[in-house]
Amino acid sequence: MDRRIFLRTTGLALFGAALPLKGARPRKVLVVLFQRGAVDGLNMIVPYGERAYAASRPTIAIERKELLDLDGFFAMHPSMQPLLPFWKERSLAIVHAAGSPDATRSHFDAQDFMETGTPGVKSTKDGFIARALAAPKGSAPRAVALTSSLPRMFAGAPDAIAAADLAKFRNDGATKVFAAMYPDAFAAAKVLGSVNASGTPLQQVAALIKADVGVEVAFVETHGWDTHAGQNTPLANNLKRMSDEIAAFAKSLGSRMSDVVLVTTSEFGRTVKENGNRGTDHGHGTVMLLLGGTARGGKVHGRWPGLEREQLFEGRDLVVTTDFRDVFAEVLSKHLGVGEMGRVFPGYAPKPIDIL
Amino acid sequence: MRRILAGAALLLVAASPATERQRAEHALNRLAFGARPGDVERVLRTGVDRWIAQQLHPERIDDRAVEARVARYDGDEKTKREAIANAAAQRIVRAAESERQLHEVMVDFWMNHFNVFAPKRRTAFVVDDYEREAIRPRIWGRFEELLLATAKSPAMLVYLDNARSRSGALNENYARELMELHTIGVDAGYTQKDVTELARVLTGWSIDRDGAFRFRAALHDRGAKTVLGVRLGGGGVEEGEQMIRFLARHPATAKHIARKLCTRLVSDTPPQDLVDRVAKRFLDTKADLRATVKAVIDSPEFWSARGAKVKSPFEYAVSAIRAAGATIDNPLPLARELRKMGEGLYLSQSPTGYPDEAEAWSGTGATLARVDFAVALANNRMPGIRVVTNDAAALATRLGGPEFQRQ
Repeated sequence: MDRRIFLRTTGLALFGAALPLKGARPRKVLVVLFQRGAVDGLNMIVPYGERAYAASRPTIAIERKELLDLDGFFAMHPSMQPLLPFWKERSLAIVHAAGSPDATRSHFDAQDFMETGTPGVKSTKDGFIARALAAPKGSAPRAVALTSSLPRMFAGAPDAIAAADLAKFRNDGATKVFAAMYPDAFAAAKVLGSVNASGTPLQQVAALIKADVGVEVAFVETHGWDTHAGQNTPLANNLKRMSDEIAAFAKSLGSRMSDVVLVTTSEFGRTVKENGNRGTDHGHGTVMLLLGGTARGGKVHGRWPGLEREQLFEGRDLVVTTDFRDVFAEVLSKHLGVGEMGRVFPGYAPKPIDIL
Repeated sequence: MRRILAGAALLLVAASPATERQRAEHALNRLAFGARPGDVERVLRTGVDRWIAQQLHPERIDDRAVEARVARYDGDEKTKREAIANAAAQRIVRAAESERQLHEVMVDFWMNHFNVFAPKRRTAFVVDDYEREAIRPRIWGRFEELLLATAKSPAMLVYLDNARSRSGALNENYARELMELHTIGVDAGYTQKDVTELARVLTGWSIDRDGAFRFRAALHDRGAKTVLGVRLGGGGVEEGEQMIRFLARHPATAKHIARKLCTRLVSDTPPQDLVDRVAKRFLDTKADLRATVKAVIDSPEFWSARGAKVKSPFEYAVSAIRAAGATIDNPLPLARELRKMGEGLYLSQSPTGYPDEAEAWSGTGATLARVDFAVALANNRMPGIRVVTNDAAALATRLGGPEFQRQ
């Protein structure tokens, strides 16, 4: 007999969601890591094989000898060293020249377009993850964001929760008051509080996944990528922190990583040429990373458009050759089993890109 | 017969205004940081409209008591952390205790509109000057004077990198946000070329070694430029001043500022008709900010929007302290609480500042954080704050409840 039906009939449905589904197939999870501020994809995954790379960045190009070679053309920024083993064992895939077809260079609009999954359309109210998870409301939160406010990507999902720190939901006096005043939110919060989650947002996501309480999509975000001036040091620091945290996340999950796909994304990239202040301004194409699941790792996916002037977007930026929706659609359908992409990305037919 | 009665009843309902008490409460919720015990009665005695008229002229309200209180947090800060903490302390005390309540509400609005991120380089050490000298004296005058003051402020010039932009080595960050966020808005039709050209106009707008504004002619691009159809070239600092005044007077700026004011004071989805009327007032009065804010307050839409807004963490925490009749012995722990609730003062990294919409502040975690705050405050367990009550449970329930989250 299905365990959940058994529990329901014996009146223990309230706690059903908190029990691990022993014997059932382990749940698949998508983890989205949003790099807010428009990360410089060209210094993150460096196309050192392009003549124009070093020529366009006289003071901020990463030197060849510092780089971690990937395939003879692309290399990783040295701070991403913790992720190199995943590349080598083929669980880390990279998509370069990825992003949105919309040309806006406004952080606010571009993030909105990416999270609602409808580039160029401002009237979309819900997030594409909410549309992907359209499901009856239950007490288990299927979408959890480790942020203080609900990301736009989750907007409209009835069972999504945003909390910067899950330790908040552990049982204390305030939680009882909360339960009385906000009964709807309380059931889901109780489930999250039962997980012993602490530490960085990704560490808490790992704990949630291992506890198998019903989370299918998790969201974390990082800041500080908007490097208009003096970019090398902050970029190196932020890439190191992010790489350390992703590596620790994967290590903590161990073999469970086959059920988890982590995707990084950013609203757009940065100019190919450096500006006057050893930094870069708002650009277009950028990098997305995929780790885990059946990711076809050890490869840089997507058509590389080149960095010569005539190959650039509006004469200044990396062109986008892989729509971010193609990446997410592939993960949602192949990994999470979501059908009906037409509902998730209205007005767009995602192309198969063979990254999973 | 029944239909006629129903119609008449409808007319009666539509015509009857809110009670004077409800108007007083609404005024204190939106045009102040909420009512302290006795405030509703005080406003009723003054008369709601008269109280509002007084609040629109903060310069005529005696606030010496608060000036004395905040002086404690204006010292010789050695570290960026101290500087930011002191600036936050002053702002919290003013919001909670100043008699110039509408002034404090609008300072919060404009500091968010002209957001700077204090931890960036030396901004922390000049953010209190920025608020005190660029923003506070100008938020009731003409918009272009406020805009110009922010454009020349060391805080903004460092935060958005313009201080380092120079001819041949441009930094577009400030030029872009000046148009997108501060004036005409992202849909006004400016192009990437306009951004670059405006950045060229603003080269040389920098700071000197003491951190004061200085136009450095040597860094300025004197070539011919066209921004939004305006042709300039061969000039000095007046080119930037000309473009800033042009942007301030642009009809798209009127719409953008009107929409933001209506979103703050009325609701997250203000009726387009209201926004248009307020934008027209902005233009008709040559961007007189007092007249513009008054146009919002005088509108029927303002008065029928009771409970329409979700409070931001800052609005929530300050209104809870005021409602509890609490005393602030030390505002610094409260500044920390605000960071935990997601609205650390002077700590918004994004130039858009903190969001002004319900979605941003309604997450489950955010709601629980407020309940935690309410319970701690009511039980006199919030460090730095003193509360006296004979029914802590009732106070906690009131302050943590769904109704108190709204205004």
